[in-house]
Amino acid sequence: MHPIPTLQVEGLSVHFDAPAGPLPAVREVSMSVAAAECVAVVGESGSGKTQLCLAVMGLLGRGAVVDGSVKFQGQELRGAPLKVLNQFRGATLSMVFQDPLSSLTPHLRIGAQLTEVLRHHRGAGSRQAWTLAARMLERVRLPDVQRRMRQYPHELSGGMRQRVMIAMSLLCGPALMIADEPTTALDVTVQAQILELLRDLRAELGMALILISHDLGVVGGIADRILVMYAGRIVEAAPVADLWRAPRHPYTAALLACVPALSGPLSSRLATLPGQAPQPAEVGPGCAFAPRCLRSEDRCRRERPTLSGSGAHQAACHFPLSA
Amino acid sequence: MRGLRRNRVALAALAIMIVVALFSGVGPWLNPNAADTLDWAHVAASPGFEHAHWWGTDRLGRDLFVRTLEGTRVSLAIGLLATLISVGVGISYGAIAGYVGGRTDHVMMRVIEILSGLPLIFFVIFLTVIFGRGPALLFLTIGAVGWLSMARIVRGQALSIRQREYIEAAIALGAGSGRIIVKHVVPNLIGPVIVYATLTVPQIILFESFLSFLGLGIQEPRVSLGTLIAAGAGEMEAAPWILLIPGGMLALLLLCLNIFGDGLRDALDVKER
Repeated sequence: MHPIPTLQVEGLSVHFDAPAGPLPAVREVSMSVAAAECVAVVGESGSGKTQLCLAVMGLLGRGAVVDGSVKFQGQELRGAPLKVLNQFRGATLSMVFQDPLSSLTPHLRIGAQLTEVLRHHRGAGSRQAWTLAARMLERVRLPDVQRRMRQYPHELSGGMRQRVMIAMSLLCGPALMIADEPTTALDVTVQAQILELLRDLRAELGMALILISHDLGVVGGIADRILVMYAGRIVEAAPVADLWRAPRHPYTAALLACVPALSGPLSSRLATLPGQAPQPAEVGPGCAFAPRCLRSEDRCRRERPTLSGSGAHQAACHFPLSA
Repeated sequence: MRGLRRNRVALAALAIMIVVALFSGVGPWLNPNAADTLDWAHVAASPGFEHAHWWGTDRLGRDLFVRTLEGTRVSLAIGLLATLISVGVGISYGAIAGYVGGRTDHVMMRVIEILSGLPLIFFVIFLTVIFGRGPALLFLTIGAVGWLSMARIVRGQALSIRQREYIEAAIALGAGSGRIIVKHVVPNLIGPVIVYATLTVPQIILFESFLSFLGLGIQEPRVSLGTLIAAGAGEMEAAPWILLIPGGMLALLLLCLNIFGDGLRDALDVKER
């Protein structure tokens, strides 16, 4: 008997209607996240990672057309009425945004914003909500909780605000948290603290976590599995250790080569990836990475490779490395 | 509100307004004269303490002290109540149009355009015919006209606030549209609304005097600052105080309103600090 995955995404596509024709941002992505699993989605800017998680949350605007299926704990979210969505969002399915500086409502005190979530989803009384919120803030290691709860967002630093955002999304004990580049807007030292916090919280609360990042180094220490996205598709999916040891897709290999090694000589130049990620409308019938790929052949430009491989490690490449 | 407490000038303006408002209520009892009794012994008397008319009298010998205070009371009441109505209606209408957007926004804005395309005076005459004349209903009619531009301003603000990340975050946390409008959109647009509202009060006071001049607003024997100023303007050369006293009162009120509005905006604008 197979347990129901926390999140099951099947053939999810997102495209935007533009005057010049449809612009695909996410193409037929399928993925599943098991309970208490941490999956990292890695890719360059514009590879569709953010659109993917917005589509999962049902947060895309009117201009976006979404196809495919998103099942959360066995229930289809795609096309579900707003009322149903709102019962999940913030309660069992929560999201942490990229920029903590602009994700908190500026004129509401921290305490008011946190308790609002509890009162809305759990129907908690104001005193009870306050206590629960304070406890959660202590859990995300925000110092001086009672004072902070009476302050406005602008009185807190970026790292503190991200802790508040994380606490807010944890308040109702979510089964899945989606963190969209939660550390991009923060300093490197704060970034490490937040990642450590996320890792600890996940272990404590037993929730599944989808971590979106453009930095393989950031997610390496926390994720169980990594999905690499390129031009709206998943090009490689593998457990972290396998991916680091033996990447199969040339794109993944190139990304790994770009992660600076602390042991290398200081004078060596950082490795870079030649060329640019393709514009959504430019992708041809073949492999989207072919124009930048050193191993590409005619077949790559004609025929799109599908995800294939043994067991948990899969790659979408005709000529995978170390297969 | 901490910011407001530190802003001495705004607090002084608020204090002056409160004093004037209280004085306009209590003042007339301090003076033996009534607003509508004629004193033929002192026609167009200048201000002074040698007679009972401290601020002088007008051409018909009516006491200006009592009349000015009564007029202040009426003008303040109309200005504040009509502003409250236009702010209330304008915020709800504009916030819904701006936040919901799309077709709803289109329809709601076209309604506003049609309403503001109607000649204002025609509209007011129409409303006074329905509601009847009198100071109690005058603020309703003015408020019913005044909310149009308030709704436009609020809608513009709501349109830009809708794009902000904290709104998306609120949606992601499961908040419905109504909750978002009330808790996250309206409080964030309150700054410009307050400033506009403090500018609306003087506009309404002036508009009321204009209507009264046309015979659509306050009618004798009742007075407002507008009617007093209109009457005083005719006597400007012979008896300037008939114009200057209610005019000075109006100027004082408008100055205080504007200063207080500025202070309030600064105090409410959390992120500017």
